[in-house]
Amino acid sequence: MRIFCLIKHVRDTETKIKVVEDGKKLEFIGDNKIISPYDEFAVEEGLKIKEKFGGEVISLTLGDEDAIKSLRQAMAMGTDSSILINDPLFYNLDPLSTAKVIAKVLEKEQFDLILTGKHGVGDDNQAVSSMVASMLNVPVITVAVSLEIDGQTLKAKREIEGGFEVVSASMPAVVTCQKGLNEPRYPSLKGIMAAKKKEIKTLSAKDISIDHLSFNKGISFKGYLEPPPRPKGKIIEKDPKDAAKELVQLLHEEAKVL
Amino acid sequence: MKFLVYFEVRDGQIKKASFETASAAKKIADEIGGETFGIIIGKDVSSIAKSAQKVGIKKIFVIEEESLSKISNSLYAKIIAEFTKEQGFDGVFFSATSQGKDLAPLTSGFSDFPYISDCTSLLIEDGKVTFVKPIYSGKGLLKQQAESGAKFVVSLRPNVFPLCEAPVEVEVEKISLKDYSSIKTAIVEDIEKGSQELLDVAEADIIISGGRGMKGPENFQMLKEVAKIVGGAMGASRAAVDSGWVPHAHQVGQTGKVVSPSLYIACGISGAIQHLAGMSSSKVIVAINKDKEAPIFNVATYGVIGDLFEVVPHLKEELKALKEQG
Repeated sequence: MRIFCLIKHVRDTETKIKVVEDGKKLEFIGDNKIISPYDEFAVEEGLKIKEKFGGEVISLTLGDEDAIKSLRQAMAMGTDSSILINDPLFYNLDPLSTAKVIAKVLEKEQFDLILTGKHGVGDDNQAVSSMVASMLNVPVITVAVSLEIDGQTLKAKREIEGGFEVVSASMPAVVTCQKGLNEPRYPSLKGIMAAKKKEIKTLSAKDISIDHLSFNKGISFKGYLEPPPRPKGKIIEKDPKDAAKELVQLLHEEAKVL
Repeated sequence: MKFLVYFEVRDGQIKKASFETASAAKKIADEIGGETFGIIIGKDVSSIAKSAQKVGIKKIFVIEEESLSKISNSLYAKIIAEFTKEQGFDGVFFSATSQGKDLAPLTSGFSDFPYISDCTSLLIEDGKVTFVKPIYSGKGLLKQQAESGAKFVVSLRPNVFPLCEAPVEVEVEKISLKDYSSIKTAIVEDIEKGSQELLDVAEADIIISGGRGMKGPENFQMLKEVAKIVGGAMGASRAAVDSGWVPHAHQVGQTGKVVSPSLYIACGISGAIQHLAGMSSSKVIVAINKDKEAPIFNVATYGVIGDLFEVVPHLKEELKALKEQG
């Protein structure tokens, strides 16, 4: 079984954000970068499948030099090797262009399964994995909370509003992983040491024969905005019975949401 | 400009979110002198298609086949993408529901139209379609614009865009299904419904959530009862989910669901930035917390300082009384 785990190197979810330079830029307070939390479920699932069926798990990302940290993290958990697609031409791509680059790399690879997190935190697009699937013409199951494979077919449950869909697909396939699918392991000290020696293959635009991409074709960046500030609230500090009474009255008569 | 809106069917009905999306698409089309059409895919859907008339869509295309009875994401998306290119649509609209978020990026991939996900605002600026979408789970917003002649796929967040009723006569046109047997698709074999007594947080107009202050799983029963009285959903913070008190489907926040109900009641939730990111676009926020310094009070419309175990039972009684009055 040859499994690819697509991961993304993202800002820690604790990062605070400020819009600066008249909306042209974001300033980040807290600059820690991590492997996108959902991608850890993908890595864990890849490792579990390898433990059962044998084979190879390869972590892959598109990013800059710093993304190596997240690749090392995945390898410390247990992936066998990594691929870093790194080229200034590929920085700040929109999801469709990102997917084209990744699909271009994967179309030359033999694979049985491509696992990713359900979305990369930050841009929150939940798009690249499905786009890659469409470009490679393989089925995709998104937001999986359970996954069974027998070597040829997949059966998964995906989370939907108020329940689950039971979905089947043939392999090779793309599966995006949701919390609940598994409990990602912590890298052991041995794993961390081993990860330092594992191979990271770096690919540039030239290596994958892309010399031009129409970035975010026809969609232009118009700036960042702060979320609208919330109006100052009203504090109710009374005994519980009166507080509840006043609250319901306010919700009914003033806010009109009840 | 010509827009196409995908109408999602669940339980034999068009979803409310699809009507919201159609209303929003039609509104901007009207503003720039464009036209909006609908598309609906499945088995026995033409009778349902007519209900699209309530938001003013004049024509809806129906692709109806036995083989489409089971939701097949890549196949559906390929059908939409091909039809879009054939008919020269400029924009394809989905609701950012679980199905919409599945179909939209596939449609983008198949059509090669760029995708703008999960928009919370849609406007015309300088005569061009302009999209605003939350990033970092709503800690910031990104504004983008379709240049003239640009094509796009877009998904709109449910519960954000108003539903505008403007009934018209609707024309239903059946389209025959081409041979797409080469498309590799996943297939929905079955749907398992969760608990029937409560709505999902992603769809509810009222959410009552609990956090670490709930102290244990047994106490969430009280929140469920309140949710039931108001016809809402029960949510939870990451702390409560990670402690195993509540299933993940209830989690609100950056690694859970991002919600914008009319009313969000946070009980014993301190308000970590990841949680605030998931709910601070709610219309009205109520915080019930013992700790008056808790950051949740910074976003609360109404903050009750007190012990949730004393306040919530009274709240339940008051709500019950209000509902009984009708």
